[in-house]
Amino acid sequence: MEGRISLSATPSVAVMAETIVVTGLRKTYGDVHAVDGVSLEVPQGEFFGILGPNGAGKTTTLEIIEGLREPDEGDVTVFGMSPWPRKYPLLRKIGVQLQASSFFERLTAREQIQTFGALYGVSARKADDMLEVVGLMDKADTRVEQLSGGQAQRLSIACALVHDPELVFLDEPSAALDPQARRNLWDVLREINTEGRTIVLTTHYMDEAETLCERVAIMDRGKILRMGAPAVLVRDLDAPVRISVESGILPADQAHALPGVEKVSDDGVSLVIATRDASAVIAALADRNALNGVQVKGATLEDVFLELTGREYRA
Amino acid sequence: MNVTAFRSLVRAMFLGFVRDRRALVFTVLFPLFFLLLFGGLFKNQSTSKADVLLVGNVAAIDQAPPQARAGIDSLLKITRTNDPSAAAEKVRKGDYAAAISQRGGQVVIEYSAADQVKSQIVQGVMQELSRGNARPAFQISAKRVEDESLKPIQFYTPGLLGWAIASAAMFGASATLVTWRTKGTLRRIRLAPVATTGVFGARIGVSLGIALVQMALFIGVATTSFFGLQLSHYWWMAIPLVLAGTLAFLSIGLLIGAWATTQESAQTITQLVVLPMAFLGGSFFPLDITPTWLQVTANIFPLKHLNAAMLNVMVRGEGPASVLPQIGILLGFALVASLVAARIFRWDAT
Repeated sequence: MEGRISLSATPSVAVMAETIVVTGLRKTYGDVHAVDGVSLEVPQGEFFGILGPNGAGKTTTLEIIEGLREPDEGDVTVFGMSPWPRKYPLLRKIGVQLQASSFFERLTAREQIQTFGALYGVSARKADDMLEVVGLMDKADTRVEQLSGGQAQRLSIACALVHDPELVFLDEPSAALDPQARRNLWDVLREINTEGRTIVLTTHYMDEAETLCERVAIMDRGKILRMGAPAVLVRDLDAPVRISVESGILPADQAHALPGVEKVSDDGVSLVIATRDASAVIAALADRNALNGVQVKGATLEDVFLELTGREYRA
Repeated sequence: MNVTAFRSLVRAMFLGFVRDRRALVFTVLFPLFFLLLFGGLFKNQSTSKADVLLVGNVAAIDQAPPQARAGIDSLLKITRTNDPSAAAEKVRKGDYAAAISQRGGQVVIEYSAADQVKSQIVQGVMQELSRGNARPAFQISAKRVEDESLKPIQFYTPGLLGWAIASAAMFGASATLVTWRTKGTLRRIRLAPVATTGVFGARIGVSLGIALVQMALFIGVATTSFFGLQLSHYWWMAIPLVLAGTLAFLSIGLLIGAWATTQESAQTITQLVVLPMAFLGGSFFPLDITPTWLQVTANIFPLKHLNAAMLNVMVRGEGPASVLPQIGILLGFALVASLVAARIFRWDAT
């Protein structure tokens, strides 16, 4: 134990700012390499996302970092400490949001958060304040079983934050939420992050990762395939931009002759032009007065994700 | 774990239990209902008096000394009539156990064949009276009725209480463990800076508390004048017994909860254990009437030992030390079953 703590105290300032340092992580279940050589670093205050299809090894990676599982190989330090075996000083700095159902049965929202608070030595009053933060004060006396999906999700995040952790893990926080509830949740998460906390998020929703995360790691089959800022990953994909205008203004063959056009399709509603030189195509369309209903769609993180993990459906 | 965290967990788990209506029905109301039913239904079974018709003047009874008279009244319910033939008819129908008439020194007892026990009582009473040595005889008779066969309430209170405690502890432990595991509550707790032994300690504390509440409720109901349970001197030895028994049942519940994967299977398995155990453990009927091999087999059930020991100290008036072996058996059972449960315990559903 002592060895690890002094280890993190000696290195340079740059390393000390890393909240999570993972190197060469491996975990095998039988023949399955759930985690197969994962290395990553998350600096303090970053909003970091781990993306990947089901069974990619996201959850196992998170569980090892949280200290719920022991890695077969590799090193993990969180705040300079090894999370396995569990140690209280580290657990006090970490907040983990599990699925919204991980509550004590038949307690009200207030009783719930007070119980979790008590586990960390947090006063009942402070626990109540946390309900306010996630906007559940009017549901304080409602039993958790009666909360809506969004409310339960917010309560589970409040339970993860009740002891004011410096590092927060969120597992699929917006699963099964309606669009309003998702937007509302994102606001809450952004606020948590601007308070200087480090956040690690796993999600299936690419738009969520793109909106919230400063950096994402795309995982599949136990490995990290790509890591970086969402915008950088999208740019690196070098995918064509799709420009669509109303159908019938410009014939498809004429569109094909425009400068920089790679592909044209017309479904009778929209004429879609794929190009890597959007400004030239738009200028040309403007010259021909054919910009009615124009829409420009660039590649998204989803395209990066599908490019990396493949489009085929995995049952 | 600090005191606040522990108390808060205990509170959370206790609220979770008392707000679970189904659990309350099965572990408290249902057994209590059986107590009301059995205790009320069979209330007068072994103490009911023999209905007797006195035809005309029966000096042997009318002029019996006061003490003898009290003895007679405790055994016979006397109705008077002056019509010998009507009296004989009523006895023949079985409405009365006997008709008694006296002509000079001769007492005639016409008794019914319908209820031989009561007829015997009437004959016994009259024979003792005719010997002019009534008092000791009544005392002997009274003893036979009162002590050798327990009143139903005296048997059912410890037995049904044992069943109630077993149900609450086993369902509580197995359902909590499986639910917490499948819903992820266990891993959430594991991520908090608290000792997991403290979490389990809190759950055990809640179950012990619930068992004591059940005990208070049962004794409270059974000792009302309607049921008339008479607790014997060392009844309080049932408290450590109930606590030891709860630990044993909790450990079985933990074992089931550690093994089962879904809440439904945990409930089914628990029910499959609780009901046979209650039957063979003597919660619903005395084991004396069952074959010996069954009584021996029933020894594997902790409930049998709990029931037998509670019966001994609560109503049979045996001393505190008499139940120490059973407390030992129950604690030993708890230890072994929890060790096995700990071996097959999983934190995660996957």
